[in-house]
Amino acid sequence: MRAPDTNEILLHVEGVALAFGGVRALRDVSFNVRKGEIRAIIGPNGAGKTSMLNVVNGFYHPDSGTITFKGRTRTRMQPFEAARGGIARTFQNVALFKGMSALDNIMAGRTLKVRRGLLWQMLRYGPALAEELEHRRRVEEIIDFLEIEAIRKVPVGRLPYGLQKRVELGRALAMEPDLLLLDEPMAGMNLEEKEDMSRFIVDVNNHYGTTIALIEHDMAVVMDLSDRVAVLDHGVKIADGTPDEVKKSQAVIDAYLGVSH
Amino acid sequence: MLDHAALAWLLPKTGRHHHKQGRTNAPVFGIETDMAGGGSFDTFPKLLLRNAAQFSTRPAFRLKELGIWQSWTWAQVAEIVRAYAAGLHRLGLQPGDTIAVVGSNRPKLYWTMMAAQTLRAIPVPVYSDAVADELAFVLAHAEAKLVAAQDQEQVDKVLSVSDRLPQLDKIVYDETRGLDSYDHCRSIAIGKVIEDGRAALAGDAALSERIDEFVRAGNGSDIAVILYTSGTTGASKGVMLSTRGCIDAATDTTRFDGLTYDDVVLAYLPLAWVGDHYLNYVQGIIAGFCTACPESSDTIEQDRHEIGPTFYFAPPRGFEAMLTRLMIRMEDAAPIKRRTFKYFLEVARRYGEQVSSGKSVPLSGRLLYALGRFLVYEPLKNVLGLSRVRVAYTAGEAIGPDLFAFYRSIGLNLKQLYGQTEAFLYVTCQPDSQIYSDTVGPAAPNVDIRITESSEVQFHSPGMFIGYFKDQAKTAEVMTPDGYVKTGDAGFLDEKTGHLKIIDRAKDVGKLADGTMFAPKYLENKLKFFPNIREAVTFGDSKEFVCAMLNIDPIAVANWAERNNVAYGSYQELAGHPLVYEMVAKDVAAVNRSLAQEKMLAGAQIRRFVILHKELDADDGELTRTQKVRRRFIAERYAPLLTALYDGSYEADISTEVTFEDGRKGTIAARVKIRDMQVTNGAKPRGKAA
Repeated sequence: MRAPDTNEILLHVEGVALAFGGVRALRDVSFNVRKGEIRAIIGPNGAGKTSMLNVVNGFYHPDSGTITFKGRTRTRMQPFEAARGGIARTFQNVALFKGMSALDNIMAGRTLKVRRGLLWQMLRYGPALAEELEHRRRVEEIIDFLEIEAIRKVPVGRLPYGLQKRVELGRALAMEPDLLLLDEPMAGMNLEEKEDMSRFIVDVNNHYGTTIALIEHDMAVVMDLSDRVAVLDHGVKIADGTPDEVKKSQAVIDAYLGVSH
Repeated sequence: MLDHAALAWLLPKTGRHHHKQGRTNAPVFGIETDMAGGGSFDTFPKLLLRNAAQFSTRPAFRLKELGIWQSWTWAQVAEIVRAYAAGLHRLGLQPGDTIAVVGSNRPKLYWTMMAAQTLRAIPVPVYSDAVADELAFVLAHAEAKLVAAQDQEQVDKVLSVSDRLPQLDKIVYDETRGLDSYDHCRSIAIGKVIEDGRAALAGDAALSERIDEFVRAGNGSDIAVILYTSGTTGASKGVMLSTRGCIDAATDTTRFDGLTYDDVVLAYLPLAWVGDHYLNYVQGIIAGFCTACPESSDTIEQDRHEIGPTFYFAPPRGFEAMLTRLMIRMEDAAPIKRRTFKYFLEVARRYGEQVSSGKSVPLSGRLLYALGRFLVYEPLKNVLGLSRVRVAYTAGEAIGPDLFAFYRSIGLNLKQLYGQTEAFLYVTCQPDSQIYSDTVGPAAPNVDIRITESSEVQFHSPGMFIGYFKDQAKTAEVMTPDGYVKTGDAGFLDEKTGHLKIIDRAKDVGKLADGTMFAPKYLENKLKFFPNIREAVTFGDSKEFVCAMLNIDPIAVANWAERNNVAYGSYQELAGHPLVYEMVAKDVAAVNRSLAQEKMLAGAQIRRFVILHKELDADDGELTRTQKVRRRFIAERYAPLLTALYDGSYEADISTEVTFEDGRKGTIAARVKIRDMQVTNGAKPRGKAA
């Protein structure tokens, strides 16, 4: 069910720059994400990957440059606007409600889809109940999809890290996003967990047709997953292309392995 | 078409219970009408039609899907199975063909077996965790024409070996996820096959008539199923069972335990294992009870709690794992709860068995037990999902006396049975009033057992197999000329109770160099009764003394480590930790003390042991799929350790190849320590100093 490989551009980032005081995190970075692809942004530590993601979903406002998402161009956007516009994300250091169950966490991802007001929801009766059941059904599909039935009612704080990451992915999926941003989805995982997560990412892309932009530190993982890869180093884009092209790029090899001076 | 007189025993108890002197002197609860093996119902498709008429609106199957329990009534199941059979017929499944079923417990896979039997084809369930090679062996040997697979994982596995399977025509699958892009000439969703069959039946009266004709033509001599043995002793063999045998055997046992359409089971045992096929599938059709399928293999505990089965089977290790987890959780409970729990478990230990078997108990004991039931036992059973269980069985291995007593004492009607695939399960089983932890009970209804001079157990039973599929020679090896089956197990009839006691596999019972009897399984079981020891393998046949290789129980030992500030990074490190060795040595010493009490086995105490650096695993061929140790294979694989155990060294290097779940291989290397043990009086000291 993979979305057709059109060349339709879903997200276009043009000339973005961002500085924190004297630190220039991003310098004139441009790239785009096509509808239906898995797009990776990689780079060594401190390359500006997470900053880039934060700019896309409105956490940071770029000092210059524009972001065009679904044909609308803007320089400033609040995170909730991004969410409403169809951008969902996960975080490098898992940001879940630790005391809530996996199910409730994923239900939280449906918040923006709830049509009834707060009062109706508190009554939990009639149309509000019907709506909640519908949301629950969607959430159960995600739980089934991510194979986390066994931890449905477990508070996420008690779950191992790899599963927390999966719950977080579930919450992002619950938003039915047009663009899914994954911030180091494989960080801190063991090999088996990495393989599981890779499979889920590919499955999400195939099954839901979701466009995915992911940041990753580990190059090997990314090369197998992604359609196209952009490489950042010290806030500058040094390469962009298919995994094979990027692998051959001398600039990338130097950035990762270092050059003798 | 329904023979109501013959059905009488299926109806709820009428209060006309009477004791009937069976061949085994076991009281058999029942009603005079003798079904003599299902009366006019000599095949499963006919029984299914009976159930559809008799129990039409009663639930036959349940499955938790997307968090909600879905149900199918017997009438619905009969309709689906008929449509499914029509669909399979259109895919070319003919009478006598085999169709392999691989996956976990799913209604559609059970229906596959029913649909195959409707067409007089033969279902062949296969272990779902079998690696591709094992799967290829069974599919090729069984000449499977079709395969019904649960999901993408299983379909991929079949496809990966399909070049070795010339007979294989098509694959049907239950869960469609990930399979959309597959070649649909080769693989079809079961849902589609059913729809296709349903549409064809509606438009084609001749097809409908053909299906009816298959059902009418079916008879008791048809082969109902081929069950492949788990291969404790080499390559697995296909055990052919007749329809008549299956129905007769299960009719006896459903009556023995009073199972009716009101009962519920949770089907979580491997489909390919005789236990699941017998206890859930066959007994389910005969008694008309409901088979509930868990959501996934990780949710069994939760599902058991929600379903509340009334008939339950678990191997001893299942009951043990349940208790281990429970004890660990109790250690985290508030002190007052812990004390209450401890106190009432003691009460249960003293009075529980007597109260449940109706023996005389002092009033104070009765009151305390009643209070304990209210405060501890019932809540406990509720947490475990065992509240509604009327009959629970365990089998497959010896069960620890303490473990057995624990469940009995909190009021769970846990019993033992002894059986094997060739018998279609039951050889012996314990009647409700005669329960002992160290016997497996008297012969089951209509089963004859005898013990040969070499103490091998042999039996003749209604469900006994017809032969091994395509293996006349092996069949001749285990069938005696007078129609008994050799179990290969050594045992004896207990003088006091008349029950059967099993010692070990007959061929595994050996002798030490000095002639002392060496029963490895017996020693291993004693070791495994300790919570810290997960698996044990003992050696000693024709040797000077006995040695053991042990696996620690990762859950119990990790929990202990956490409580005692023992830091470790991996299983391997934990297993080699000096304090762990210290702890396990105490357990081994206790086994030696108990062996010293037994005249015949006092000389077979354990002199040296080693804790293995990795868990024994079925994927590496060290255990069978039913989790039994393959002693000879382990001896070869860990040869350097075995040599070191006998040459007196205190350390040995070992490097083993391991197979990961996805079939890739890797190597684990380690230096493991060997520990000497003191022997207790009664045995002569070891000849040579280390």
